[in-house]
Amino acid sequence: MQVNEHKPLIVAFCCNWCSYAGADLAGNNRLNYPADVKIIRVPCSCRVNPMFILRAFQRGADGVIICGCHPGDCHYTSGNYYTRRRMAALFSMLDFLGIEKERTRVEWVSAAEGAKFAATMNDFVEKVTALGENKRLEDLRCKR
Amino acid sequence: MQRVGVFVCWCGSNIAGTVDVQAVSDALKNEPGVVFSTNYQYMCSQAGQDMIIDAVKEHNLTGIVVCSCSPRMHEATFRKTAAAAGINPYMVEIANIREQCSWVHKDIPTGTEKAIILGKAAVAKVNLNTPLTPGESPVTKRALVIGGGIAGIQTALDIADAGFPVDIVETKPTIGGKMAQLDKTFPTLDCAACILTPKMVDVAQNEKIRIFSYSEVSEIKGFVGNFDVTIKKNARYVKEDICTGCGACVEKCPMKKVPNEFNLGMDNRSAIYIPFAQAVPKVATIDPNSCNMLKNGKCGLCAKICAAGAIDYTQKDEYVNEKYGAIVVATGFNPISMDKFDEFAYNQSKDVITSLEFERLTNAAGPTAGHLERPSDGKSPKTIVFVQCVGSRCDSCAQKGKEYCSKICCMYTAKHAMLVRDKYPDTEVYVFYIDVRTPGKNFDEFYRRAVEEYGVKYVKGMVGKVTPQGDKLKVQASDLIDNKQLHIDADLVVLAAAIEPDKSARPLATMLTASMDTNDFFTEAHPKLRPVESPTAGVFLSGACQGPKDIPETVSQAGAAASKVIGLLAKDKLTGNPCVAHSNELMCNGCSSCERVCPYGAITYEDKEFRMPDRTTKIRRVALVNPAVCQGCGACTVACPSGAMDLNGFASNQIMAEVDAICK
Amino acid sequence: MQKITQDKLLEKAVSLLSNGTVSAVLGWSKGEFSYDVTPKMFKTEDDLKENFIWNDFCGVNFSKYLVSKTDRFEGKILVFLKPCDTYSFNQLLTEHRFDREKVYAIGVPCEGMVDVSKLKAKTGEGISEIKEDGENLKVTKIYEDNQVAVPFKDVLLERCINCKSKKHVAYDELMGDEGEVIDSNRFDEVAKLEALTPDERFAFWQNELSRCIRCNACRDACPACTCEKCVFDNPASGVENKAPANSFEEKMFHIIRAYHVAGRCTDCGECSRVCPQNIPLHLLNRKFIKDINEFYGEYQAGAEVGSRAPLVDYTTEDLEPGEVFDRRDTDA
Repeated sequence: MQVNEHKPLIVAFCCNWCSYAGADLAGNNRLNYPADVKIIRVPCSCRVNPMFILRAFQRGADGVIICGCHPGDCHYTSGNYYTRRRMAALFSMLDFLGIEKERTRVEWVSAAEGAKFAATMNDFVEKVTALGENKRLEDLRCKR
Repeated sequence: MQRVGVFVCWCGSNIAGTVDVQAVSDALKNEPGVVFSTNYQYMCSQAGQDMIIDAVKEHNLTGIVVCSCSPRMHEATFRKTAAAAGINPYMVEIANIREQCSWVHKDIPTGTEKAIILGKAAVAKVNLNTPLTPGESPVTKRALVIGGGIAGIQTALDIADAGFPVDIVETKPTIGGKMAQLDKTFPTLDCAACILTPKMVDVAQNEKIRIFSYSEVSEIKGFVGNFDVTIKKNARYVKEDICTGCGACVEKCPMKKVPNEFNLGMDNRSAIYIPFAQAVPKVATIDPNSCNMLKNGKCGLCAKICAAGAIDYTQKDEYVNEKYGAIVVATGFNPISMDKFDEFAYNQSKDVITSLEFERLTNAAGPTAGHLERPSDGKSPKTIVFVQCVGSRCDSCAQKGKEYCSKICCMYTAKHAMLVRDKYPDTEVYVFYIDVRTPGKNFDEFYRRAVEEYGVKYVKGMVGKVTPQGDKLKVQASDLIDNKQLHIDADLVVLAAAIEPDKSARPLATMLTASMDTNDFFTEAHPKLRPVESPTAGVFLSGACQGPKDIPETVSQAGAAASKVIGLLAKDKLTGNPCVAHSNELMCNGCSSCERVCPYGAITYEDKEFRMPDRTTKIRRVALVNPAVCQGCGACTVACPSGAMDLNGFASNQIMAEVDAICK
Repeated sequence: MQKITQDKLLEKAVSLLSNGTVSAVLGWSKGEFSYDVTPKMFKTEDDLKENFIWNDFCGVNFSKYLVSKTDRFEGKILVFLKPCDTYSFNQLLTEHRFDREKVYAIGVPCEGMVDVSKLKAKTGEGISEIKEDGENLKVTKIYEDNQVAVPFKDVLLERCINCKSKKHVAYDELMGDEGEVIDSNRFDEVAKLEALTPDERFAFWQNELSRCIRCNACRDACPACTCEKCVFDNPASGVENKAPANSFEEKMFHIIRAYHVAGRCTDCGECSRVCPQNIPLHLLNRKFIKDINEFYGEYQAGAEVGSRAPLVDYTTEDLEPGEVFDRRDTDA
């Protein structure tokens, strides 16, 4: 039994129309996932600026996940297609800088996929917990 | 600094069971800007809402945070409460501590800790909220329908029926579209002209409808409710308002060797022509490419013969400007070119024809007056082979044809086959197919009648090659069920060519900033829930421009599009969503990145003069967001490198503040 | 060793200025030493004749200067563009950053430019004079009498060693011969880093980026960084900072900077050229370019005016962010 196991801090950006609704559905169905996940609502996954992600890491987040509608189902028709390109490029760059690739993720969760939302969060938290504290991107000065 | 009030809801025991609501409201009391914090059993109840209203008055609150259920549930409720309390409804933020906290976490310490963090994020955000007012824009109560086929006709009639003026723009000299060329319609076999032409007459006689035939849309500016459209009326060299359509000029015209487009080139027309007898408007048009008078000034017979004096060889293209509140795209389809399908010998033999050509051949008003004759020698064909899916469902040959199913071919081929067997029972009819697809009311019954009652020979398999030999067409095909090769000596081969969107659709989509798929079909705002709207507000879709469809489907979609248009035009003003993007012109580079990602075409550019510190002025290109068109996705805000573009309600500094609040 | 001589360029500049075709010349100007060449707007013939220079140290890419130099200038500006500069020139036109009508662009062939720090590394400090001598540079130093000969090829800028194109993609007039797009090995270094473990990559970048002094030279020289106001200077952006307070902020600055120019960066290499700390910043840009090429098909920013940058474009079949790593892991 590990003592003082690091509790990760996970920021989840969820699009209003699919993934945020999917998270609500997970709630409606009482599907548990760790409280380490904190959701920020955005209108569309394409609203997520890479700066928000880096800021989260800077302020001590251990993992950042972006959830949007499935490709083809975007409420705004094309928003998640841009997200897909932007995040593919950004995550690849973070990996290039030596940041563990398991700390970033994009997942498509529809409003009907409450179970997928919970499962995704459980899995993500598990992976990030295994990595331990984010030392590579955090800002020590801002750590609580 | 805002004066924020925090209201933590118990939601009975839904929240209070897993979250220590008192601890949450106490903790949030100490957050910056918070001047009041409380909790209550049911915030959404009347008593709860009154509590908020009282607190706003008592503490002069400027912002409200409700820690409760999902904003998808009660955000609208609490916005109304804020408005009732006299503050801007957009000064409300919800912390979702039910669906995303109390319901998914098990113990009170965890739930409480997370609820406090979510509350802090909401407080941090509301501190940066600004009052937002939805924009209003007037609605021009007139609709434009682009395309005058059955889709455009039905949409126009329905809109006009509701009392709104409608203009139809049609590139051909007459409205009617593809349906006017058809002979009979499946599955009822009533004649297309008998059901279409009365509608065309209705259009002509409807006072609310104007027809711009032989015209095209040349420019579209503006946005939903306020489109500014330039229509180019091509010179037809005949004064439309004077011509009576008597046809005397058509008779006298000496230039009679022009391939007749209406009959797909299977006979000829004169240089001055009326496409068909029931054309609307029934007005002659001079084809400038064939008319001797227009080409070299020699002739002028039609002007001499015209009793009304309608001929005007000096007529010029005319441009008409009009404002519209809504635009309906009904540009329709065309069969694809058969040039790439050499195996069927379409270009080598006159007796290999497309299904649309077959329609004209069997039409009483067609080139053969309805007698089924071979185009090459006028003989009655004794063996006819129909080939389905020519260019449709081309998975491996996408560069030749289309990957999609053209949807209408199975049914019209069954119709053709049945009609042939009905009129000429001694004719042998083969239909080669990949699958027969008959989902539609009475469709399968119709197909089965063709097979069972009329004895049409359906063969599963594709035709590999058609070779003209003597006066026969050697058809080589495979029968997949009997697993054998077939060799048929046919007299006529009919190809069910795939259909594709009209060529005018792509440039039109560019003008409209409406999106299209890779096949040039217009994209719907939502494939299931908003199938007749384009993502571009105020643009609606009618008929085959959105995807292959048959007549009943087209007509129902046309009616649906009309009802959407009527719903829009019935409004005097459009109230927008205030959570839209806006650009800070001082920081904007005018680089066009935002415009490229905007799915709605909401962003335009203008050259703006800026005063510089040294008292000179500088002109710079800057982005302008049209709030009436923007839907607030935020794609532009990330495309913008300088951060000039931001989104109301989800501003960068607000989201950053939420991130900070969560991570701190 | 440049094939086209300084006299030829000077002659051209003087004639276009004197006959009124242009009202100013954007060219390289003499500095204290022959290797510190600075950009200058020449407005008189005398100034040109006295100070205009064209040698192996004219690395400056003038494209960016056109944004600020043309906007309130009456008349045309003559600008000399090396092949790599023309890509930036096109990219800025694509982004509507200057008025093409106000520019007279002359394409100048380039044989590669010298990296002064590489040269100093070979000769030591105190260079007073550099002369071309066949394939060598003859360097005279203040405190030593003997001259040192350094092969030109050994001291080229990194971007010139891996030159991607000797073809001018934009000009009004071309001096000398047109070159070709080169099949360069410019992504080799990126590939080498990719092959390392994450820990090794982290150590590499930690070491490189920790030298950053946030002088902003990379940003100021970058022809893609032409924002009216940079997010890092804007208090409202939430990421404003002048100097890094900790190691993360350097990273954030460089990641965001590279991200903001991703798909727009022509790989002109100015960032690395001007970096006083010799941080290989071009590797960040090339990583994005390499990824974009691999994920979405070959794309060269600035190759043509009006092309759509990959990050403001999409197809419905794009690969998923997670597949980026799967691909790499299966490749390895």
